[in-house]
Amino acid sequence: MSAGNPKNPKISLRDFRPQISRIERRLFLKQGLSLGALTMLSGCTLKDDDAVDKLLWAMSRWNDRVQAAIFDPAKLARTYSEGDITEPFPFNAYYEQPMAPVIYGPDYQLELGGLISDKRPWRIERLRELPQTSQITQHICVEGWSAIGKWGGVAFKTFLERIGADTTAKYVGFKCADRYSTSIDMPSALHPQTLLTLDFPGQPGETKYGFPVKVRVPTKLGFKNPKYVTEIFVTNDNPGGYWENMGYNWFSGS
Amino acid sequence: MIGAIYKRLEKDRRNQMTIKGPNLQRSDPKLSDRIIHPLFVRITHWINALAVFIMIMSGLKIYNASPIYPLQFPPDITLGGWLAGALAWHFAGMWLLAINGIAYLVYGVLSGHFWRSLIRFQPMAAYRNIRLELKRLILHGTGEYNPVQRVLYTAVIWIVILLVFSGLTMWKPVQFQSLAHFFGGYDQARKIHFFAMLGLALFTLIHVSIAMAVKGTIESMFTGRLAQKPPKKTGAPK
Ligand code: HEM
Repeated sequence: MSAGNPKNPKISLRDFRPQISRIERRLFLKQGLSLGALTMLSGCTLKDDDAVDKLLWAMSRWNDRVQAAIFDPAKLARTYSEGDITEPFPFNAYYEQPMAPVIYGPDYQLELGGLISDKRPWRIERLRELPQTSQITQHICVEGWSAIGKWGGVAFKTFLERIGADTTAKYVGFKCADRYSTSIDMPSALHPQTLLTLDFPGQPGETKYGFPVKVRVPTKLGFKNPKYVTEIFVTNDNPGGYWENMGYNWFSGS
Repeated sequence: MIGAIYKRLEKDRRNQMTIKGPNLQRSDPKLSDRIIHPLFVRITHWINALAVFIMIMSGLKIYNASPIYPLQFPPDITLGGWLAGALAWHFAGMWLLAINGIAYLVYGVLSGHFWRSLIRFQPMAAYRNIRLELKRLILHGTGEYNPVQRVLYTAVIWIVILLVFSGLTMWKPVQFQSLAHFFGGYDQARKIHFFAMLGLALFTLIHVSIAMAVKGTIESMFTGRLAQKPPKKTGAPK
């Protein structure tokens, strides 16, 4: 999230977002006050900070429900050709690029948890034995930029079925090596284009795009596509996520 | 609700019969009782003004997160504090804008308000008198919109519609992919959304300046009636 705009490599305030986001969180409300003053609504006292904040959060939860209703499991994201691929693919995380975790493949294990019948961890070689597929889709960031990339791996639905995940459960959660986390709804997890990614954009051997395992969800905004995934769990309690807990819309579907 | 709309329709039609043009005498006690802005239009207008301010100010903050032009907006004219806050405002405000906008459009069509007040040039006969027509062009605040106002108001309604649909495209480029196809994809929709916003901001600037310059218009947009104490000269501001 906080990487500089690829078109504008200058240092910007955005680069320090993780540090200041908590302070800014409170500004949510102050802005509400000035708006109240601005519109001079008679009899409207937006003095209670929490009221504006609560309203915005309630609207965001309402938007979660609307997006879940709009979501059509059969609608596919547009796919592109090799020539459309964005080079170099932008790196983006809540920290700067040198901080990105580098995982040693042979040591890696994907842990499983929650409503899954076979919770034995997975190694890369075993994931490679499952049927592989790839697709070229557009990655859209919540910030407004987009990039086209190619991702390959195992259809996430195939993987969920293979591990005996309870696909009637509501959520799939992800924990990552960079202490990032996110979660998605089960219908999006079962979408035919949702991919347990093992092949990434960039040069062979490049790890910054999420090696060894990323979950690519072309029907969701970029921050709902976790990289360096170390644990996948299935649950009926919304696990939230790193950005979601700070105020970004949870569903964030495309 | 439909019943209420038809009631309004009748009332408007009766009002319309007595308001003929700019040559009305505002001192006429009967005229000061006439409703020149229907209640429904007044309510939706002010809700819309609030929604537009929320949408533009939060939108500028969202734009700043990843500018498409070498141009950033000063944080002071933005809303939300940071990107997540701005997005929360924007996606809450869009409901206000859309529901209120749909109500206004439905009312405008069903009541005949659009036809009477925005589309039809009532005094076509006035073309016979060029001096009168020139006067009409700049007259404002007389209970009837002049041709420039009609064109601007009609244009801004379409701009808002364009904003809503290009916005929906960016919100759901996969689910609303036929819309996305129409707008030429997500990135193209972003540019269209941006320029439509500039158009809306420009309209608002001109619109509010004129409204403030012509005494009594803002008051009548609240009361619905012509301002009680008109300026000495009914002519146009110089
Ligand atoms: C707070 C700022 C605003 C003020 C003070 C204001 C004031 C007014 C006034 C006084 C009128 C009546 C004009 C007359 O009687 O000649 C009017 C009509 C109108 N305004 Fe605004 N306005 C504001 C914001 C907006 C915005 C943001 C829009 C954007 C869409 C807008 C769209 C319109 C339209 C379409 C009409 C015609 C309404 C109808 O009769 O259907 N206004 N406004």
